[in-house]
Amino acid sequence: MTAPAPIPLLAVPTVPLLALDTVWFQVAGTVCNLTCSHCFITCGPTNRRHAMMTRAEVRPYLDEALGLGARDLYFTGGEPFLNRELLAILEDALAIAPTTVLTNATLIGPDLAARLRALERGSRYSLEMRVSLDGLDAAANDALRGEGSFAEALAGLRELARAGFDPIVTVAQTWDEADDAAMRERFHDTLRAEGLPRPRVKVLPLFRVGREVARTRGYAETERLTPEHMLGFDIASLQCSSSRMVTSRGVHVCPILIDAPDALLGRTLRESMRSYPLAHGACHTCWATGATCRN
Amino acid sequence: MEPIAVLGGPYGNHLALRAALLDAVARGAERIYCLGDLGGFGPRPGAMIPLLEEFGVVTVAGNYDRSLAERSPDCGCGYTHPADNAFARIAYAFTDARTSDPDRAWLGRLPSELRFTRGGRRYLLCHGSPRRTNEFLFDSACSDAFLARLARESGADQVLCTHTGLHWEREVPGGARFVNVGAVGRPANDGRPLAWYVWLAADRHEAEFISVPYDAEAMAREMETEGLPPEFAETIRTGWWTTCLEILPAKERARGRW
Ligand SMILES: [Fe+2]
Repeated sequence: MTAPAPIPLLAVPTVPLLALDTVWFQVAGTVCNLTCSHCFITCGPTNRRHAMMTRAEVRPYLDEALGLGARDLYFTGGEPFLNRELLAILEDALAIAPTTVLTNATLIGPDLAARLRALERGSRYSLEMRVSLDGLDAAANDALRGEGSFAEALAGLRELARAGFDPIVTVAQTWDEADDAAMRERFHDTLRAEGLPRPRVKVLPLFRVGREVARTRGYAETERLTPEHMLGFDIASLQCSSSRMVTSRGVHVCPILIDAPDALLGRTLRESMRSYPLAHGACHTCWATGATCRN
Repeated sequence: MEPIAVLGGPYGNHLALRAALLDAVARGAERIYCLGDLGGFGPRPGAMIPLLEEFGVVTVAGNYDRSLAERSPDCGCGYTHPADNAFARIAYAFTDARTSDPDRAWLGRLPSELRFTRGGRRYLLCHGSPRRTNEFLFDSACSDAFLARLARESGADQVLCTHTGLHWEREVPGGARFVNVGAVGRPANDGRPLAWYVWLAADRHEAEFISVPYDAEAMAREMETEGLPPEFAETIRTGWWTTCLEILPAKERARGRW
């Protein structure tokens, strides 16, 4: 009797772009003033694999996003506030769509917070400030994000709150799934105690790429998606079915995979509007956790 | 072109729903539409269907109605905040336990959308968005370009929706008009204990947002008697949302008290 036929090695499920709802910008490239040990794109002061984007570089993509009926825009890095043109870019963005900035908040003082508030006031759309924090105290946070980063982030968060923002604090899930509700609760309590009146918390899973590989581990061979994973699964819950990421190198499938060569889908948003094979371990994480980088 | 009334989200608040329906009838509504979410939050989900039938209301399914009809484990709102989640579970369990089998069948027969032509414009009535029952369309979180695309793709010139609990209206490039009719059964997070619905006067496509006073104190007491969370009763009394705030975008959140 012969052995059953092996599962074809190329059986990778693909996801079509159902609609371009969200456009991301790696507006500070991979340049960051912090060097977090779990960063999935290995950002740091000297990483220039993806370059800063100028206002002039961003603008044609904003026009294209507008023409394609995008709902909202996200700006990230690296640390976006290292980009000297960021406020001008945000002004362009807020003229056409709701906008979110992902920051480590360490560079936000009273002047910057007030200027952001003025930008928000000048738009009919919401400006959401999202701040990364990865521990309930300096010891836990700084172990991942670097010495002094907890105090600096909280100072920035307080400035944002004083200017009238309710920042969304994004936390990497460095705990067991079972502790999720309790940890969310503790983050809310901690932030309230630190002087943020109406904290919002978003938990993101760890992606085992970039620097995280050395901190814990990379993906196992078994952490890959097959067509069977997609049976009865709502592909609309995967962010690659409704968003794209623009960097200085072009348009990528998502914010997590900008260093994967196959994830660069084109020079323009329109070129990037095609289906994508879910071949990465990170794709398995999105599938398993239901995670999306959106607010 | 006949005058019509469009309301959404009665949420088991029978006093608010009756007040809004009576108001619409007094204004001479040719037809009254309800965009779904009959239960949740308020004390009398079982009173919704009889009221809608008494006033001949044409109804579209909300995510709450779908969940109850399909006996889903939750309301499908997708909260992540532990407190919001807990409140959503309480409201859903309360409503689920007070929904009869015939009511479930009635909810299961509701269409996901209604389309008709009014004064030469193609109207589309839905719960969340033209493409998804549980998609939130908040004013400050949707670009003009996005709304124009939704209208184009759904073949509509006038979209009426609810699901967010906050009413707003916008005409977008290309000429389509979006009207979020807000909620009848839960106040608009503006410090006023009112029921909101939309009036489209004869020969007009622009929405008139109608706020109707009702006996909110009686409603709050009824909620307390039924054992619903005091936070829900507080919202009814004060007009400020106390729970499920996490879904609000920055601008809408900033307008509220909590
Ligand atoms: Fe709803």
